[in-house]
This record gives sequence, C-alpha cells and structure tokens, in this order.
Amino acid sequence: MKYTLSVLVENHAGVLSKVSGLFSRRGFNIDSLAVGTTEDENISRITIVVNGDEYVVEQLEKQLNKLIPVIKVRTYTEGGFISRELYLVKVHCPAKQRLDIMKIAELMDAKIVDVALNSMTIQFADTSERFETLTDLLKPYGIREIVRTGTVAIEKDSAVSKK
Amino acid sequence: MINGAEIMVRCLQEEGVSIVFGYPGAVICPFFDKLYDTDIKAVLVRQEQNAAHAASGYARAASKVGVCVATSGPGALNMITGIATAYMDSIPLVAITGQVRSDVLGRDVFQEADITGACESFVKHSYLVKDTADLPRIFKEAFHIAATGRPGPVLIDVPVDVQQGEIEEFVYPEKVNIIGYKPSVQGHPLQIKRALDVLANSKRPVICVGGGVLTSGAKPKLREFVKLTGIPVVSTMMGIGAMPSDNPAYVGMIGSHGIKAANKTIHESDLVILCGARVGDRAVASPDQVVQHANVIHIDIDPAEIGKNMKTTIPIVGDLKNVLNQLLKEVSYKAPNEWLENIAQWKKELALPHKTFDGFVEPQSFLKNLSSHLRQKAILIADVGQNQIWCANSFKMSDGRFFTSGGMGTMGYSVPAAVGAKFARPTRDVIAVCGDGAFQMSLNELATIAQNNLNVKIIVMRNTVLGMVHELQDFHYNSRYAVTELDDIPNFIKIAEAYGIESAFASSNEEAEAYSKQMLKSDKPFLLVCNVHPLTPSK
Repeated sequence: MKYTLSVLVENHAGVLSKVSGLFSRRGFNIDSLAVGTTEDENISRITIVVNGDEYVVEQLEKQLNKLIPVIKVRTYTEGGFISRELYLVKVHCPAKQRLDIMKIAELMDAKIVDVALNSMTIQFADTSERFETLTDLLKPYGIREIVRTGTVAIEKDSAVSKK
Repeated sequence: MINGAEIMVRCLQEEGVSIVFGYPGAVICPFFDKLYDTDIKAVLVRQEQNAAHAASGYARAASKVGVCVATSGPGALNMITGIATAYMDSIPLVAITGQVRSDVLGRDVFQEADITGACESFVKHSYLVKDTADLPRIFKEAFHIAATGRPGPVLIDVPVDVQQGEIEEFVYPEKVNIIGYKPSVQGHPLQIKRALDVLANSKRPVICVGGGVLTSGAKPKLREFVKLTGIPVVSTMMGIGAMPSDNPAYVGMIGSHGIKAANKTIHESDLVILCGARVGDRAVASPDQVVQHANVIHIDIDPAEIGKNMKTTIPIVGDLKNVLNQLLKEVSYKAPNEWLENIAQWKKELALPHKTFDGFVEPQSFLKNLSSHLRQKAILIADVGQNQIWCANSFKMSDGRFFTSGGMGTMGYSVPAAVGAKFARPTRDVIAVCGDGAFQMSLNELATIAQNNLNVKIIVMRNTVLGMVHELQDFHYNSRYAVTELDDIPNFIKIAEAYGIESAFASSNEEAEAYSKQMLKSDKPFLLVCNVHPLTPSK
C-alpha cells in the first residue's frame, strides 16, 4: 500500500541528505520525494510517498523523528488530503496532429506550454492516476520525454472537520 | 578578539571536559595548540580508531561525554569504526575532526574527506561548521544531544579556517533550543497502569535487561524492583552488570551465546518486560516465537526501538530509572514460587561442564576466580570473539562494570577502552580481556599505556587461532580452518618487554591465578598471556 508522509524539517544545508540517506540504509522503498520551503522560510516540508505495510510506515515515522533536524512527521490518512504532482510531457507532433493533441490537453485540463515544428510540450498538474490516463492518450502520437516532480500533499480541512 | 580554536577549547571547559583522546594533523593543529595552554589533558593514542574507543571507555566509566579528536581525511576516516561502535552501544561521544579550508571544500585537496557524509549513518547528529561564530552554539548542542535521550556520538567537523577565524567575544549559550529534539523522560501514566495490570495477571514473568539500565543509571531502581517483586532477570550482553551474578533472581545471559537456562526462561515466560534492551538478533534469535506465548512490556527511551524487533503489547517510552520509579510506587506483585523453582531447576540441570586441556588455561573458571580477587567496583572490558563470551558468562559481577563492543562487535576494542576507563577511574581495577587476534588489532596502544604509566591489566587468551570463527568452522565448515590460524606469532612477552611492560605466561589455571594475584598487587600495567587450547569452546 502507498502512504504519504509529510515531514517538517529545519531548513539547513545537509538536512535533505540526512533524510534521504535514511531510506537506503534502513531499506525503505520510496516512490517519490519532494521538498520545498513552507510559509516559514526557516522550515521546509518534505513530502514522501512510500510503498510498504503498516510496520514499514511506523518504523519510518519513528526513524525520521529520531533525526535531530526533523520537527514533525505526519502520515496522511486516505481521503484526508489532496495530492498533486507536476508533469511536463514532450510529445512528437507534426503540424497535422496539433489539433488532436490540443483537444486531448483540453479534455484533461492540461496546458500546452511550448509548440515547435515537430513537438509540443504539455504541462499537467494532477494525481498520478489521472496522469496515467493522459499518457495513455498521448502514447499513440509518440512521447519523447516525461519529467515529473514528486508528489506534494496538503491536508483537507473539510475532511478533518467532518471527523 | 578570540579565534575559533580557542572558542572550541573554551566550549570544552564550559562542558567540564578534563581529557580528550586524539591524534594531531595539520588542519586540527590550531585546536591542539590552544588546548596545550589549558588543564585539559590531551592523550596521544597511536591510531585514531583507538581515540574513539578510549573516549567510549572513558564515557562509560565516568558517565560523562567522551571526547575524541582527529585531523581531516585519513585521521577522521580511521575514527569511523570507533564512532560506529559507540553508536551501536549508545555511548555519548563528541568527535571533533579538523577539515580542510572551507573555500576549497569539495575540490579533493590533500587529506580531504567528506566525514560528515561518511558518518551519517553512525552518528546521532553531525555538524560541518561554516562560521566561527556558530561554534559555541554547535558545541552546546552537540554535548546536549550526545548525552540526553538515547545517548550517542555527535560529530563536529571544523575547517581549519573556521578554527583560525576570529570573533569579538566568547559567549557560551546557557540553553539549547532544538525544536525537533525533545526526548521524553517520564513514562505515560496510563501505560504504567496498563503495564501493572498485565503484570498482575502474569504467572511466569521475566525481566530482560539491556544496556539501557546502565546508561540510564537505573541499576539501583532495577535491583529494588526485583527485590520487591522477585521477578527473575535475564540479561543481554549489554545489560551484564545490571544485576549481581549471585542474586538468586538472576538467571544469566540470553541469546545465541547465552546460557540455556536464560533462554529457556524467556521462551517459557508469559510476560517479558524489556528494560532498555533492543532485542538484537544475537540476544533473541526468534522474537516472533516469544510473542506467541508472551505479552511484552517494552520500556525504552528511544521510541524507534519499541516494536522494531519484537511486537510489543505495552510500549512505555521514557527514561528507565523514572519509569521503574513510577512502577515501584504502585506495584504489589510477587512472582509465583512455582515459576522461580522451575527456573532454579533449569539453572542446575542445563549448566554445561567446562572442557579442560592439560597444559592450558581453562578460561571460564579462571575468569570466575579472577572476579573474586578484584577490588570493589572493578571494570572488566571484554574484547570480541570467544573471550567476550567467556567473560560475559563467567565473570561474576557485583558492583563493578562490564564494557564490551556489544552491538558492533569491534575487535580491538578492549585495550583502548581500558585506557579511557582508567583515566576516568584511576583508583579502580581496570582489566582488559582479549584474544590474540583482537590484541593484535590494538597492541599499539601499549605505547599509550606505557607513556602514561596507566595501571591497566591486560589478559590475552592466546589460543593461536581466531577462536570464534575457528569454532564456527568446526560446526559448519567441516573443520576447514580457512584464514583463521595465527600460529605462534608474535611472542607477546617480548612485545611487552619492548614497551617496558611487565608480563607473564601461564599454561595452567594454577599458574594463571598465581600470576593474576601478582598482577593485581602491582600498581603498574601488566600483560598476562594465558595459553588456551585452540579447541576450547565458547561455552
């Protein structure tokens, strides 16, 4: 099962390597990791998506908490958060296919950010499931390159207040 | 104006440091130069790994943070094994390393190594200092982090220009404030209550003590708790000394190298109370089997240890001496007699006779006898290998201490650790026991011992083989002794003579006893070589 963890850390040099090093040396498999500053510039948030069972996540939380620059660790519960990933996809696109691809982008709520003679670059910010749909639709035209960030997530206030 | 090197020294003074163990080099010279003007003793070891081991022995014996110092590159790298050894056994160290100039960091200059990177998984925390003005805060934090919560080594890597840089004045911070580091010290009252409820219903409880008992200073509380409840106690290797060996409630060491009665006790129990023990694989090989028939109360200051190796019924996070105190206030339990009688019976039935060989010392009975000749609060330091098992199972502990590299199993630990322990406790008997393999990994420290005229006694169990692996080869590799034969090299008596250290060679238990009496009478260092048969088993 996939778990999404949100880790608040002090924004110092070397903190990311302390956190990411933990995964390899404790044998945890991570799907993605994204890091950026928060509303407080001294604090960064690392969002981690990890594949494992309850034991793995519990250990991961505890081991992360042991790191001195880690301030807080939260594992988001299913349905209680919104997560997004940013994708940039370069598709092979001669002039005669432009309209088709523009239509797909429009349907999927994606944005075309660059057009060249033989290619188009599409920007897409959504969940990984929706991204799979998009890539399935684009595959027949020839995907040249995919670039994606890790997942970032934020807790839903609406879900919390319901509990 | 004050420079970084002097700030570092002033920080050590503020922390009450009276001794450091180290080895100099170009980029740590500013620090050693300033240290030279103070009362802080700098002990020159003969290899950096031993600086960390000596600081570890010191920290254990003095119950203070040990400090070791090395230069950049190879100096720092040599220290890693010592730092990792301390990390595995939760020993509070501050390791200070010199580093190349900060403006050339990352350019692979002479003697440059990314030591904070290399040590990442072996330290509780590390700092690469970029600014002289940060030194006071970093030192304050480092000592705090090393000593509190679950103790461990903290590394401070200081580029030479940071040591030479100057600031207006030295102000040592009064408090630390690290928002992500607030270890809990008291057990949660609800968990205490739940633990007592489970205990009340237990027919066959056992307490398993680990190194945490000694680290936390919970020994008196533990003994009080055992006296009151009569609950039998087994120990991990790190927990040896928490209970007196002759206490009727004490069964012995558990694990693959422990005694059968202790293992049987834990496997027959219906409640295991883990006290500062992390249930390492060498202590409990199959924790899953134990939890099938037993509840587990796990008391530990490190929440990450709870549930890591053994499923826990009731976790209690806190400093063991506080938690035991909380339990003591409310406990009214008595261990059932039937259970205690069973254990006493197993202790008798399952004891193994020691194998003897003519013309050789039988190490277990020798060590047992040796314990009775020592003064109060003696410190015994076992190395790694068969000697460690002989010491752990045979040495009779009362109010003394037992140090060894329990987690990492680092050969060569005992002699440098004895150096540190003796500096910490000059009036106590400090004995290092090692094999001829381990001794050859750190016999260069005989120079440190001789130079400081340290009254350290070293007992070498000379069996001319790497005994532990040799024994493994007997069991699992058809007695093919691949790369485990040391032969009769070197002549240890001549080695001792070269260092100006008194020595003796014993070929029987009578001789070994006579020499050890002589050894203990002298106030000088002594090397006792015991001739041990290569086929003498670990237990």
